[in-house]
Amino acid sequence: MKLLRDLLDKQKPLFQKGGKLEALYYLYEAGETFMFSPNHTTAIKGAQVKDAIDLKRMMITVVIAMIPCLLFGIYNTGHLHFMAVGETASFGDKFVLGLTLVLPIVLVAYTAGGIVEAVFAVVRKHPINEGFLVTGMLIPLVVPATTPLWQVALATVFAVVIAKEVFGGTGMNILNVAMTARAFLYFAYPAQISGDQVWTYLGDKMPVDGFSGATALAVAYQSGQEGVNAVTNLSSQNAALMDNMFGFQNMFMGFIPGSIGETSTLMVLIGAAILLFTGVASWKIIVSGFAGAYIMAVVMQLLAVNEFMAMPAHYHLVMGGVAFGIVFMATDPVSGSQTESGKWIYGLLIGVLTIIIRVTNPAYPEGIMLAVLFMNVFAPLIDFYVVKANKKRRLQRATV
Amino acid sequence: MSKQVKLKKGFDIRLIGKAEKKVGDYQPAKTFAIKPTDFIGMQRPKVLVKEGDTVKAGTPILIDKKLEKVIYTAPVSGEIVEIKRGEKRKLLEIKILADGEINFENFEKFTSSEIKSASRETIIDRLTTSGVWPQIIQRPYGVVANPEDSPRDIFISGFDTHPLAPDYNFTLKGQSNYFQAGIDALKKLTKGKVYLGLSSDDKSAELASIQGIETTNFSGPHPSGNVGVQIHHVAPINKGEILWTINPYGVVQIGKLFINGIYDASKLIAVSGSEAKNPSYAQTYIGSCVDSYVTGNIKSSNIRVISGNVLTGDKINNDGYLGFYQHQITIIPEGDYYEFLGWMKPTADKLSFHKALGLLSFLFPKKEYALDSNGRGEPRAFVQTGVFEQVTPMDIYPVYLLKAIMAEDFDDMEELGIYEVIEEDLALCEFVDVSKHPVQQLVRKGIELIQYG
Repeated sequence: MKLLRDLLDKQKPLFQKGGKLEALYYLYEAGETFMFSPNHTTAIKGAQVKDAIDLKRMMITVVIAMIPCLLFGIYNTGHLHFMAVGETASFGDKFVLGLTLVLPIVLVAYTAGGIVEAVFAVVRKHPINEGFLVTGMLIPLVVPATTPLWQVALATVFAVVIAKEVFGGTGMNILNVAMTARAFLYFAYPAQISGDQVWTYLGDKMPVDGFSGATALAVAYQSGQEGVNAVTNLSSQNAALMDNMFGFQNMFMGFIPGSIGETSTLMVLIGAAILLFTGVASWKIIVSGFAGAYIMAVVMQLLAVNEFMAMPAHYHLVMGGVAFGIVFMATDPVSGSQTESGKWIYGLLIGVLTIIIRVTNPAYPEGIMLAVLFMNVFAPLIDFYVVKANKKRRLQRATV
Repeated sequence: MSKQVKLKKGFDIRLIGKAEKKVGDYQPAKTFAIKPTDFIGMQRPKVLVKEGDTVKAGTPILIDKKLEKVIYTAPVSGEIVEIKRGEKRKLLEIKILADGEINFENFEKFTSSEIKSASRETIIDRLTTSGVWPQIIQRPYGVVANPEDSPRDIFISGFDTHPLAPDYNFTLKGQSNYFQAGIDALKKLTKGKVYLGLSSDDKSAELASIQGIETTNFSGPHPSGNVGVQIHHVAPINKGEILWTINPYGVVQIGKLFINGIYDASKLIAVSGSEAKNPSYAQTYIGSCVDSYVTGNIKSSNIRVISGNVLTGDKINNDGYLGFYQHQITIIPEGDYYEFLGWMKPTADKLSFHKALGLLSFLFPKKEYALDSNGRGEPRAFVQTGVFEQVTPMDIYPVYLLKAIMAEDFDDMEELGIYEVIEEDLALCEFVDVSKHPVQQLVRKGIELIQYG
């Protein structure tokens, strides 16, 4: 460690004011503070000791919470491939295939976003934002494994620049960065992120007879159109390949088509447990988000205008990306509601909106993406009224 | 039956080095200093003495030309040895070399019934001319009170919950008759009430038997002992109102002034902190040089001496001077070191309010820590939410208030409660902040904006 420290200290003057590479100071700083937490001490006045937490540690906690989803996503990508082409494969084979597909996406997202961060840090002279540690991992988890890498790169660059850097970086953004990346892909390249063909990697092989790559939500929506019982229709999907693939239990486990990280509700809940235990994410948003989705699903079930709406409410919670979105996207402290009572409303409305969009809008089989972005925009308004109530209490107390 | 207020929000910073309840065997301090910078809001300090003058305890040495009625006096008798000025001749310190035995200026003595029958003007006159007046602090703003004002109420917090804070039951032991006399004098100053906040955990409180005041019992972690928090829960400050606060030490000083006819600046301070060899109390006077409590009493050389506590205190030199309002010094390790992968290394030796990856201090709720002055990461924009609220037991949104201050939005600052806070009330926010904002500096900036426009 001493060696590394000496090396850094030796190079430091190059990057400091007056040094040859002064312009690249923040790149040097990012590297230095990644390896060593800095030696600066607290100010003469004010708190003389500080809490051991910093933003880097908080962000890495979120990344760790996403690892179960990532690992499962890697395995599931391979698993679905071999099932679709009708081959049997070992756990290792499935995982390795998944890895060859998913790892490049992760690397491309981190590289593309990292370059944007570095350019902005140098040009705008601000430190590299740790928020990107999270964004770079979230983006791969919300796209299908078959997404072309150039699209991943483009979406990442778009999202980091337009959703974050133009506002001034992490902490200043209005929209969730990763959700913006997904929305960009959805509207710019719908062919690669919707339909029945994109969720399962086939490679150059042909799928076996009877295989359908449709997602559970697409099947449920279809049931509504055709007037067949949604649960029966779901469980008959791919019956030749797997018993009850879209049964509640299997959807909860996550061996179904979908974006890389979103399929397994179980893994999402493990991530949620990590986020909640460490206190990094707001439990209020997660609880009210799930509650909102469930309540709205029950309302739909009671209305039961078509077979999709008549589907048991709890199915909604394990289909699509609602769980992933609520746990990892809605809880983004920057783009979400920032007041404690606001968080209840914000989470609840995300859940409610997700189900409404899902069930009633034929153009968007999944509603969580738009619900989160929509509520990101409304979060400041919610906070405005919560804070206004506080101001009002203070004002009412005053006699003058 | 006095009122009970249970506070849940807050956080106790548990540190090693609590002062043992005995008066330690320290060399008496030789020099004392009055630092105009201790008096927040002092705008135009003017020195009334020259180097070489001899003074008694209670001799006027300093005034603020903006508040000329209030006279600042020498805490000890001796010779003025140095009037230290900084850049642009800013007055920094008036140093007095004590002559060993204390000679007092003589002020008029009062019996307790005379205090009760004295007029408000007499009381104010005695307080402002003797040097005890600066103990009275005005809210809002947290500045030395203006004797022309008539405060709505006067608030006293009878306990200190700051890290390693002195125990008032020990420092004020046997002084309750002076305290009572002080209260009697203070009651003349307000048309409202004099409120005293006591800790509900402390049944044997020295101040529990005081008459003529409204007592409220507070329970809960720090900052339940902060007078600002207590005001918020008893009778909050509204726009346009003026309250006065005073530390129990100041009340005792007032009592001694009237009963003994002297300006008695002696105080018992806590010498605390993980780097102090023998943390214990020391008998000294206001503005004492800390040299004699540091030299020979430290475990290592790379230390930081703090005048006050680790949350709100100031870093001073090893031979610096105790702040006017401080009742403790804290000696902690200096944190000027790099730490390899310090941001992700699991640690149980560093205290944290949070439980993020690898922060294990929550597993040891009783453990005491030796915290150093390391900045613990770099400053960032606000990201995490809901944390400041957990350590601020007031109906205030600290982040919104701080953002209003940053934006210099006067209306918002007022509406969000700038009148109800001073630095110490939000000091815990500065400690727990993930993004390492200078919260207390911001609060003062906001107050000054509101105060001076």
